Amino acid sequence: MESLALKILSKHSEEENVEPGDIVYAKVDKVMVNDVTGALALKILSETGAEKLVGKRRTETYVVFDHYSPAHNWDAANAHAKLRLFSRKYGCKLFDVGYGIAHQLLVEGMVKPGELIVGADSHTITYGALASFSTGIGSSEAAYVMVTGELWFKAPEPLFVKITGNFGIGVAAKDLALHLLKEFGSEGALYRSVEFFGEGLRNLDVNDRLTVSNMMVEAGAKTAIFPYDSETESWLRKYNVNVRDEWKELKIEAKGKGDMSIDLATIEPLISAPPKPTNVKHVGDLEGTPVDQVFVGSCTNGRFKDMVALARIVKGKRIKTRLIVIPASINILKRMINEGILNILVEAGAMVGVPGCGPCFGAHMGVLGGGEVMVSTANRNFPGRAGPPSAKVYLASPYTAAVAAITGQITDPRPYIREVLRE
Amino acid sequence: MKLEGYVVLVGDSIDTDTIIPARYLHRSDPEWLAQHVFEDAPEIREKISKSLKPVAIIAGKGFGYGSSREHAVLALKAASVSFIIAESFHRIFYRNAINNGLVVIEANIRNYVEEGDLVKVNLKEGIIVIPRINETIRFKPLPKKLLEILEIGGLKQFLKKIASSEPR
Repeated sequence: MESLALKILSKHSEEENVEPGDIVYAKVDKVMVNDVTGALALKILSETGAEKLVGKRRTETYVVFDHYSPAHNWDAANAHAKLRLFSRKYGCKLFDVGYGIAHQLLVEGMVKPGELIVGADSHTITYGALASFSTGIGSSEAAYVMVTGELWFKAPEPLFVKITGNFGIGVAAKDLALHLLKEFGSEGALYRSVEFFGEGLRNLDVNDRLTVSNMMVEAGAKTAIFPYDSETESWLRKYNVNVRDEWKELKIEAKGKGDMSIDLATIEPLISAPPKPTNVKHVGDLEGTPVDQVFVGSCTNGRFKDMVALARIVKGKRIKTRLIVIPASINILKRMINEGILNILVEAGAMVGVPGCGPCFGAHMGVLGGGEVMVSTANRNFPGRAGPPSAKVYLASPYTAAVAAITGQITDPRPYIREVLRE
Repeated sequence: MKLEGYVVLVGDSIDTDTIIPARYLHRSDPEWLAQHVFEDAPEIREKISKSLKPVAIIAGKGFGYGSSREHAVLALKAASVSFIIAESFHRIFYRNAINNGLVVIEANIRNYVEEGDLVKVNLKEGIIVIPRINETIRFKPLPKKLLEILEIGGLKQFLKKIASSEPR
């Protein structure tokens, strides 16, 4: 089977046939920094005197204020102010506070299939859902790419995952992501390019793929790529991207066994318990655990589809936990307003926040108190991630999160979803 | 490049949230980061503060798990960590370390060392020496390109060169 990661890397470097393990220099199409890593990149650029060279290559630079959106203290506000000036001066595309999370904004019409993208944020891996090679780097490297337009890459060894079948009721793409993390463990995909193929992909729309690609970094993956198909095409058209014929070559034949095979029908609702994302259990194993707060949002599950899933479950009910809802972008928030979703959520008792990372990053907007429990649709649950180390974060699908808000405890969502479907 | 340090042993999958919690990332000056390094893992924090300096962190699998925050590397450097030897590293942390001149070596030496041991490293030759037990362990030397970045003192030095050679 042909690896899309190697194909894309070869196209961007001088080497014709890049092999796994090769260290190659490659031209980068896009580089992204956020308000945490961008502040450090800017410091490096000004200390080295290289700032004046930013924007002279064809690489596009994106600056996104999502981690402190809006600023929660003086330091963050100062960092924003500096990055605003920098972006204006050197022609970077700036998404200011309130626009949303980089990993949603960039897939709303910026990222194109076949591109090579780096970002100073580990979840940059998300854009693989649109058949691109995208991966996380640090601030120094982001600064280096802004100046030189290129970077060294160690070509990853592919890890092919075959997908067949379709999800059962009450099971979502997040459960597939958690299933993969359970299989891989935290080092199981280290340095690898996870590449998905098989007839089951027709049951995963781009929202689902973004969720899955996003979390593959929790198993150490360098990229997590879905091939280009009709789902990708309709997503791109929705965001007014001119679709190119050459993208059709970004495919993986549905034949072949792959390194792993998953029938979506066999996946059950899963949940990740502290201290790390790969500590995955069946929701049923934790049934009855009292929950203080539910968070629906983040670059994993803050999309419109997730908000609809949440709204269908809490509609007309009164929640028993605190419920924080943060749409991943301003477009999603607008759509929630226009389609009546926001009203349903607020009536049920939800707090709706400014588009951005919210409490996932652990700096503000709903962090926990000591000993409290949160069910979150985000991607990380290290101790201290969103509150004191004694606070517990459980990672689950929007279904499982929504039902936890209704019952006040960790609950298998399937009976509730069946009930909603009957109504 | 030759280095030495005193052993602080840590476990598997040490994540960057544990190394430097998110709530301190709004500043990146070394003093601030050193003040909060491993704050949510008091056991590791105490070992580092009590250890002779410089410190050599000896870890298991997957060191540097999670976020891309370069602050994690800066925090370790500010806390007098001279090098890290781990069975494996998560890739962004690994790159960040090299790019900031922090030496990272892939080798599993946990069974050879005890807390506080002196460990010596010869990077070019790929040798780790533990004088207490008179043991020499070999590792695969880093690729030349990465060694170059380490020796020059990090990626910043390349940027300085580029900036001084190109006109405005």
